[in-house]
Parts: sequence; structure tokens; C-alpha cells
Amino acid sequence: MGIEGVGARVARKEDKRFITGGGRYVDDMAVPGMKHAVFVRSPHAHAEIKKIDVKKAQAMPGVIGVLTGKELKADGIGNLICGWMIHSKDGSPMKMGAWSPLAVDKVRYVGDAVVIVVADTKGQARDAAEAVEITYKELKAVVDATKAIQPGAPQIHAESDNNLIFDWEIGDAKATDAAIKAAAHVTRMKIVNNRLVPNAMEPRAALGHYDKAEDHYTCWTTSQNPHVARLVMSAFYNVAPENKLRVIAPDVGGGFGSKIYIYPEEIVCLWASKKTGVPVKWVADRTESFLSDAHGRDHVSTVEMAFDRDNRIIGLKVDTIANLGAYMSLFSSCVPTYLYATLLSGQYDIPAIHANVRTVYTNTAPVDAYRGAGRPEATYLLERTMETAARELGVSPAELRRRNFIKSFPHQTPVIMNYDAGDYNASLDAAMKAADYAGFTKRRADAGKQGKLRGIGMSCYIEACGIAPSAAVGSLGAGVGLWESAEVRVNAVGTIEVLTGSHSHGQGHETTFAQLVNQRLGVPIDSVSIVHGDTDKVQMGMGTYGSRSGAVGMSAVSKALDKVEAKAKKIAAHLLEADEGDIVIENGEVKVAGTDKSLPWFQVALAAYTAHNLPAGMEPGLKETAFYDPANFTFPAGCYICEVEIDPETGVTEIVQFVAADDFGNIINPMIVEGQVHGGIAQGVGQALLEGAHYDGGGQLLTASYMDYTMPRAGDLPSFKVSTSNTPCPSNPLGIKGCGEAGAIGSPPAVINAITDALGIVDIAMPASPSTVWSAIRAKKH
Amino acid sequence: MSDVSLTVNGKRVSGSAEDRTLLVHFLREHLGLTGTHVGCDTSQCGACVVHVDGRAVKSCSMLAIQASGSTVVTIEGLANGADLHPVQAAFKEHHGLQCGFCTPGMIMTATDMIARHPEGLDEPTVRAELEGNICRCTGYHNIVKAILAASETMSKGAKGKAKQAA
Repeated sequence: MGIEGVGARVARKEDKRFITGGGRYVDDMAVPGMKHAVFVRSPHAHAEIKKIDVKKAQAMPGVIGVLTGKELKADGIGNLICGWMIHSKDGSPMKMGAWSPLAVDKVRYVGDAVVIVVADTKGQARDAAEAVEITYKELKAVVDATKAIQPGAPQIHAESDNNLIFDWEIGDAKATDAAIKAAAHVTRMKIVNNRLVPNAMEPRAALGHYDKAEDHYTCWTTSQNPHVARLVMSAFYNVAPENKLRVIAPDVGGGFGSKIYIYPEEIVCLWASKKTGVPVKWVADRTESFLSDAHGRDHVSTVEMAFDRDNRIIGLKVDTIANLGAYMSLFSSCVPTYLYATLLSGQYDIPAIHANVRTVYTNTAPVDAYRGAGRPEATYLLERTMETAARELGVSPAELRRRNFIKSFPHQTPVIMNYDAGDYNASLDAAMKAADYAGFTKRRADAGKQGKLRGIGMSCYIEACGIAPSAAVGSLGAGVGLWESAEVRVNAVGTIEVLTGSHSHGQGHETTFAQLVNQRLGVPIDSVSIVHGDTDKVQMGMGTYGSRSGAVGMSAVSKALDKVEAKAKKIAAHLLEADEGDIVIENGEVKVAGTDKSLPWFQVALAAYTAHNLPAGMEPGLKETAFYDPANFTFPAGCYICEVEIDPETGVTEIVQFVAADDFGNIINPMIVEGQVHGGIAQGVGQALLEGAHYDGGGQLLTASYMDYTMPRAGDLPSFKVSTSNTPCPSNPLGIKGCGEAGAIGSPPAVINAITDALGIVDIAMPASPSTVWSAIRAKKH
Repeated sequence: MSDVSLTVNGKRVSGSAEDRTLLVHFLREHLGLTGTHVGCDTSQCGACVVHVDGRAVKSCSMLAIQASGSTVVTIEGLANGADLHPVQAAFKEHHGLQCGFCTPGMIMTATDMIARHPEGLDEPTVRAELEGNICRCTGYHNIVKAILAASETMSKGAKGKAKQAA
């Protein structure tokens, strides 16, 4: 490992601009003549639109345009779609209700966009938005998925009876039922996974610019995957053909899934720019983000876990109802199915699994992938059940897990996944050691003397990242391939640009991707630039989500580097009059192995471009493109341990220590990986202790600001003890598994297991806020 | 409309703004200083923190006209030319940022915090004093580390200077 190569703790190249105020986010962009947009949104959760009167608003100062869904439809703009087809177990396709970017006849959740107002200033647009008169006929609303599928519930879409989108299953029902029947012990639980709002710190934004002279559109938007945005807006929403639409995702202030999807606002801003003849910028307020960003989680499940006499799991049966909100967001259907139920084997050897999943419309914001997407729900369900089972069986939580761990690889689970590598005992051992698990009994006794309740909980998670191969996901219903592309452009002076379809919105790709180039060619990372986030600059790519940039995006870079190296070696062999097989590239030099003959890297690059002396028949230039489609998912896994101390007088839970032991395979930059784990844990602890999106019965979001939705603050969290072990991933050339989501996946059950341990209770609802904990303590006393 | 004139990052600036214009919007839209960010509507997130007359202020909680006559320092004015401020350098060295959106506010808050605690900082104090700044990426672990390190560096620097002066 060089000082800038793979495995080095290199400070980030991109930091300079962020720490000096030089970051360029969408709201920082200005185009000559640019005007500002405000959306008029539905104040009702469910209502018919009877009349829209824009006359007063149009006459307001500074107003340029007030546009409705009717005009949008007249111009042929299409409905939003869900890009992953799921079929119910009876063979029928999922029931996708129409989602117009601006509502036409009906609104289905508070925040549904109805009208766009464009004015000289945002203040003027806001004033005019208030003057738009919309007559609604209110309808009964339903926000709870378990109620929405009851007969007689309000009907949200004509396309789906009883709001049921699909009723899907996976696994072997018969074998699972038989296992439960034959079991020596069955642990049964009801598991609720609370609804969350992703809350990237940069609110969503879009700037649409239609250039009349060129008949060309440019969209700056807060996207994790600008190429997918362009594809979807062209192919499905009829905004413009792909060659007439450029999508730029500049610096993006966090995503966590919420910026994967193509939302109504970017479509409407592009359309409105053409309609009004001015560039149109919209930036969400925070409350608008709460109302209209895709939310996460919101599952209600029942689980039965069956054990034999030796405490081995012999069957697992799960029934889940997933709330998808008012419309099917872009990837909403795959989250509670292929990203959830396929992980229900966890780290355990379970011979029979069956899961049934029903997805449901409600009058709430659309629900889609949020950091972890399905895998946190699977992990929470399994690890809470394991904890309860250990208590019921009277064995230690660690012992029960060890007994059931998968120990040999590859391992085929009964729910599609084929785990390729792992060492679950290693993570568990590392975590227990770091947490001084053995010393807990004494710490609990000491805390007890201070009047505090101490508890400890663990969670052994597995996740699947780098979703692939494309043919496999296609067969499961995905509308896109899940490969990645890279182009490595060696300039004539030897500096390098790497164009990647991955998109960095905090992950540090400008550093880690350059470290890979340094590892391979020995050139300093300062002479390597990573280009991403612009469909005009970068070849087609699939973007960043699902912890895929390292495993898939960097593997594409690696493949392109293979080709660059091969050509550079041919050129060097020719120039040095050596055999191509003897050429090696090291420390920025191209050498003949075992001799003192060498050329500096830049001379080989220069030779490629002067083309004065190339091998016969070789094309000039040194630039290669690669598309990489992985052979399998990757399977990061680990063990998290949380220790809490609860004040029984106030119900306040303090996390006194949090340990994470992860196996991410090979690591490019440990500093960045640790940062990803820290952030993931904070979000997971947030889910467990603080965060929850709450709608009232009428569909009003009660938690729509930072005054009402509790974001984790510095004072809510401890410093974390993190470590990694490594079983390299055999499915990609770099041995990388991915680290972006693990923290958010593994941590919630560890926290709740610790709290229930401290309180001596079976279950507690997330978020386990002080009032919830206090009430649980009171309920136990009485 | 009101006339607003103030000193920003050492330069005298003036302009005309709607009465309802917040300081943060004046900085971003009138002066083009887009390093100061808006992350919420309720003065909770702290992405907009700047220094007004030497104190950390959420620039979304102040009208531009209220700041007239004041001296303002934003993230763009913190470094001394090409030399990063010790807090900026510490955020980079300790990986105290990921997406960078909350970072300007964090750095301005941290600078003010360190100045108010010449006796030095400890972890509980830093965590408590970050109550008004939200970060969604880092879990605060490395932000806390960076602020403690910068506090140490700056107190050493101050002691060095005091020694030189003596």
C-alpha cells in the first residue's frame, strides 16, 4: 500500500471546496434570466379537485406564470411510474395508480403538488401561491396500512381494490408450516418498523432551463443518479428526448435514498421553463421536504421463528404489510420484496422460510428506499426475534446466534440469495471484546446502585449490496440494468480523468476512486480528477445507492484501467524494444522488469497522443471505457452491540457505548469507511430512539419540521467504537462489499434489544422516546 | 425596500433589499456568498451560521436590515488567504464532513465555540454546544474530534504567541 493507494487513510480531495464555502449545490446555481418557482400543494390528505382559479395569482406583482396539471397533460407530459414490476402470487401485475406530476382531478396526500407559480422572486412566487384558489371536495382519508386494506376503507386509486397494490410471497410455505408444527419451540412476535423521513441536510431542488434556440433542456437537480433521471424523464415522462436533455447533479448535500427518485418538481420545472420562456428554479423548504420527499420503512409484520430441541432454527414465517403511501415511487415495489424478504435468512442457516408481503396505498407521502431499504426492516425483524427467542429459551443471545450461524460458503438460502463469503463469528467475537461484554454484569450492578437501569443488546446483520447481475434483477422485475460504467482518460501529459456513472453526495469518490488509480499506475492522486454527475460529460451510468459505488462503480474503473494498462504496456514495449510480457507499471514508471530500462508514465501517454512511434496498426490515444456488470450481490455483515443506561425517573435513555464490528471485504480508505459507519449508526440510533413520522387520522403530517421531528443531535450520541474484519468479496475484482448502509441496518435492533434488556420487557415501540420508555416502566410496575 | 450596508469578510458592501429579506438570503443572493446554506425553516439546523460582530448567529433568524452596520464573517472569509483556519484544517484532517452541506455552519459554530472557551474544550461540552447544528452524514463523531483537535491547536498557537510577545 502506497501513501495514497488502496487501504491508505487519505484526507479527502473534495474537502477544500466544502470547508471554504466553495461547494456548488443546486441552490447555488444561477442562470441569466432565472426566475423562482413555488408549488401550491394540497392541504388535504384526500380530496377531489373541483375548480382551480389562477386569475388572482396571475395578476400579482412579479408573476410570470401560474400553471396547472391540465395544461401539463395537454402538453403530453406523462405520469410518474414505478420502475420495478412485481406480480402478486396469483400472477396479476401490481396495481399502479396514476400519478400526475401536477394533480388534475384528485389529491391523495398532504403535499401533493397541484399548481406551479413562477415569479421574479421567491417571495413573490410565495405570495402568488397563496392567491391561487382551489376548490376541493374533501374525502375520507386513511393513513394506516393495516386499516387501508380493510373492507370499506377509503378507495385511493381506481386501479386498486381495497388499496392493495400486490400480495406477494417468497419461499416454501408448506415446508415452513411443517417446520413450525414440528418445532420444540416457536417464538412469535409482532414487529413494527416505524416510518422515517430521510432528511438529507440539503433540501431537494431543481433548476430547469429550456434553450429555445437549440430546442434543448438542462436540468440541475439534487440527484443520486442523473443518468437515470434523464432516462426516466425522456422515456416515460415525455419531457424531451435524451439527446435534448442534459441532467446535472452537482454537489449534492446528502441523499440516503431520497434523491434516487425522479419527483414531480424537476419534471414540472423543465416543462414550466419552456412554457414561460425563463429558467425556473425551485428549492424545497424543509417542511416541503418533510411533506413530499419519499419516506422510509413503515412495515407491520408478524413473525414465527421455529426451533428444534438443540435451539437450531428450523423455520421462519413472516407476514408483512408495507405502507407505500399515496403513489408508487420509482423503486417502491422492490424495497419490501427483493430488498427485504430475500434477506430474511440473516446470518443464519435456516432450512425453510416463507414470507408474504402485502403493499398498500394510504393517504401519506410516497414511501421508497431509505438508507438500507428493506434490509433494515429484515434485520430488525430477525434480530428482535432472535433476542426474544434467546430469552425464552434461556440461552445467551450470543450463544443462540453462534449456534445458528452459517459457517461455510458459498451458502444458498431458501430466499434467492447465495452468500459468497463471510465470517460471522469473527465479527461477533470482535464486537463482544470491544464492548467488554464479560464485564457487563458488573457494570449493570454498579448502575443499579446509582438508581439507573442498564441493558445490553446485540444485532448480527447481513445486507446485500451492489444489486446485480442485470439479467437476474431484470428477471425479478427491474426496469433497469444495475451495472456501472467508467471511462479512464489519460491526457497527453499523463494526468488522468476518470469519468464515472457513480455519483458522490458525501461518499468521497473524488478521493477513493483516485486512490485506486494511484494503486494501479502510481500517479499521485492530485493528478487524477474524478468526473461525475453530468450526463453531457459522463457516459451512461446508474448512479449511487445501495452501497454500490465501490463494489460496482470502482470495479468498472478497474476494468477500464486494465485496458489502459494493456495499451500502455504495448506502447512501452515498442518504445523500449522489450517484450510486452516483461513490462510492469510501478510508481509512475513503465519499466522492463529486471532491467534498469524504464519510461516515466507521462512519456508513454505523450507517445500515445503524438503517435509518431506506435506499434504498427495501433490507434492513437490512451482512453478506455468499461461497463461492469457484477456476477452477484455482495454481502457485508457484522455485529453491533449497544449498551444503554436508563433513568427510570425520566425515561431518558443514554447510549453509554456503541460498538460496530463490520466485514466490508477490502477497504479503499478506512477513514472514509469509518465515517460511513458513524453516519449510518447515527441514523439507526435516530430510528430507535428519536425519529418517527406521524400522521394524524386525517392525514396531516404532525412531524413536518425540525421542531417536531427529532433529528439526532451531537448530544444524543456517544463516540462510536468501530472496527472491521475482512473476508474479501469473491464476486468483484476489488474484493469490496460496500459500507454505506450497514450502520443504519445493524443498529436499531441493537438499541431496542438493549432497552428491553434494561427494562426487562419483551418489546417497546420505536422511537423509544423518553415518554415511551417512561410509560413502559410505569406499565410494568402496575 | 431598504438600504443595507455592512462589512462582509473585510469588505464594505451595500445593497437594496426587500424588508423581509433575511440576512442569509442577502448574503447568498445579493452578495453571491453561497457558502452559507439554508437547511430548514425553523432555525434548527445551523447550516446558515455566520459571525455577526464577532458572535455566531443563525443568519436565517435575522433580517438583512437588522444586520446593517454590522461586521459579518462568512465561511468564505474564514481562511487567511491560502492558509486554512485551524478549524477548517481540522475538519479536513479528521474527516469531519461528508456531503459538506452543514459544514460551513458547523465550522462557524466551532470557531465561535473555541473562542468562547479559552480554557479548552472537552467532549461533553462540544456535544452540548453543537445542539444548534444538525449533521445527517457524520454521526458527529469526527466533527467532535475535529473541534477538539482545533481547540488544542489554537490554544497551543495562542500560548506560542503569548510567549513570543513576552
